Amino acid sequence: MSELLLFEKSKEGRRGFLLPALDVPAADPQEVIGPSICADAPPALPQLCEVEVTRHYQNLARKNFGVDLGFYPLGSCTMKYNPKVNEEAASLPGFCEVHPLQPEESVQGSLKLLHTLTSFLCEITGMSWGTMQSMAGAHGEFTGMKLFRAYFQKRGETRRNRLIVPSSSHGTNPASAHLSGFEVVEIPADSRGLVSLEALAPHLDDRLAGIMLTNPNTLGLFETDILEISQAVHDSGGLLYYDGANLNAVMGISRPGDMGFDVIHLNLHKTFSTPHGGGGPGSGPVLVSKRLVPFLPVPDVTQEGDIYRFSWDRPESIGKISGFYGNFLVNVRALTYILVMGCDGLKRASQMAVLNANYLMKHLKPLYHLTYDVICKHEFVLSAERLKKETGITAVDIAKGLIEEGIHPPTVYFPLIVPEALMIEPTETETLETLDRFIEVMKHLHRRAYEDPQSLKEAPSHMAVSRVDDVGAARHPRVCWEC
Amino acid sequence: MSEIRDDLRYTENHEWVSLKDGTVRVGITDYAQDSLGEIVYVELPEIEDEFSQGEEAASIESVKAAAPVYAVMSGRITKVNRKLEDSPELVNEAPYSAYIYEMEIRDPDEFEHLMDSEAYSDYLESID
Repeated sequence: MSELLLFEKSKEGRRGFLLPALDVPAADPQEVIGPSICADAPPALPQLCEVEVTRHYQNLARKNFGVDLGFYPLGSCTMKYNPKVNEEAASLPGFCEVHPLQPEESVQGSLKLLHTLTSFLCEITGMSWGTMQSMAGAHGEFTGMKLFRAYFQKRGETRRNRLIVPSSSHGTNPASAHLSGFEVVEIPADSRGLVSLEALAPHLDDRLAGIMLTNPNTLGLFETDILEISQAVHDSGGLLYYDGANLNAVMGISRPGDMGFDVIHLNLHKTFSTPHGGGGPGSGPVLVSKRLVPFLPVPDVTQEGDIYRFSWDRPESIGKISGFYGNFLVNVRALTYILVMGCDGLKRASQMAVLNANYLMKHLKPLYHLTYDVICKHEFVLSAERLKKETGITAVDIAKGLIEEGIHPPTVYFPLIVPEALMIEPTETETLETLDRFIEVMKHLHRRAYEDPQSLKEAPSHMAVSRVDDVGAARHPRVCWEC
Repeated sequence: MSEIRDDLRYTENHEWVSLKDGTVRVGITDYAQDSLGEIVYVELPEIEDEFSQGEEAASIESVKAAAPVYAVMSGRITKVNRKLEDSPELVNEAPYSAYIYEMEIRDPDEFEHLMDSEAYSDYLESID
């Protein structure tokens, strides 16, 4: 049953509260705040009693899906389980009741946490120092691009304006580079699905600002030539940016800093088990190699003995990148995760993530085409292209069929270099039974595509919302509620 | 099997090109529209915009993806298909009539380097 909007349920005069009589003289808003910013009429807010509002949100919440409800193999997003101990730490009053404008001496624990988390993340990634200010991955990328810019300006190399992205890159990479004023140059993946030195070679000149990579890449493949790539880019005066979206495959095993990256962002809401996707917010710390430390955002958190301070002493800094110090409580959760897991635990998480992905890949590749048939890292990309040709059933139909079975669909139609892509990332936190059930469901959907394609075209048939008209919604979007 | 017309030239990025009096007309092929799926938005270049061959001149957005349309040759935009602003579905319905832009070209030799229908047909087979 579809849930009415609060606006549709509204009845004139209904209230969830009763205010006491006014015991001070009434003020005229026109006089107090001035007519220029005073609205002519009160806003048209819905009017409801408390129980209706409670039921409204409870009913919506029951229709929601999250990693606490079922398997969520959304490729590239690392929808791992978020341990409840993270929530316990983040709800400690010393963390959740502090105010960002409190004096330093009264928030020493919070400053120590930021400092410790920065140190730990640097150790995990092989970088020199960083900032916890950026709010999520794309914000981290934008910060990283500002750091690139500051570095080249300082060196007087303003000609360096071209940034290379591989064709399999995350869409945010070229978007961040473009928004920061760089010219984006896309290079194709080679037959292995990797960045090749041949494709890179024509761009290694004095206009090169650098390259943005994930490693492993979005196909779940490790860029085996990374050391040669990094050498070639550095030799021609460019920098390397690491999108940390796929760190979950290599945590505790290899480090972007050792691969030669200059700037990286991490998605704490992916690799470090903090909430993700609507429930967020995210957190996208940016970490840099030694030569870029002077340009990091201010304030930095510094340690002198047992005392932690905000330091604004960074004359070449790109400045502040958020109002205060980032999504602080998300950072609390990430540090909790690191401490609970320990060094061995983090490494084991990556190993299990890779093992789980390869287990699924091996069982699914006989049915769904695997474009790059090699051992994968934490995710892999199947193609429903053959299925589409033989039955008319597409990647999106398989995705809708999975919804009927209580499984969140994988990422579809990404990366763009694989037609009818189904990008699957199980993460390390799933049991063998869950993985086996997913394999069974995928086999069942494959059979259904041949035996009863029409029903799959109409899926999901027993959910609150069935097949939506995504084309109509995109061509004629209606984004405002109208009476 | 997607439709290929004999009277057009083609690029590896699946644009079709026709040439008349020093002006080329450019759209995307049947194969391209089929791969993209239902198209929901076409971002057109501005008239008088100048492009070098290979630069991104327009983009096409479907429910699956956004794809660039390149300047197939170097030159200056003289006309764009405004109908696509309100009816992007025309690209799906009739890809060879729903052109995207017209361009006055600088170097007619560039046209001769484009694939003819036979070469494009072989190319499609090779990537399939």
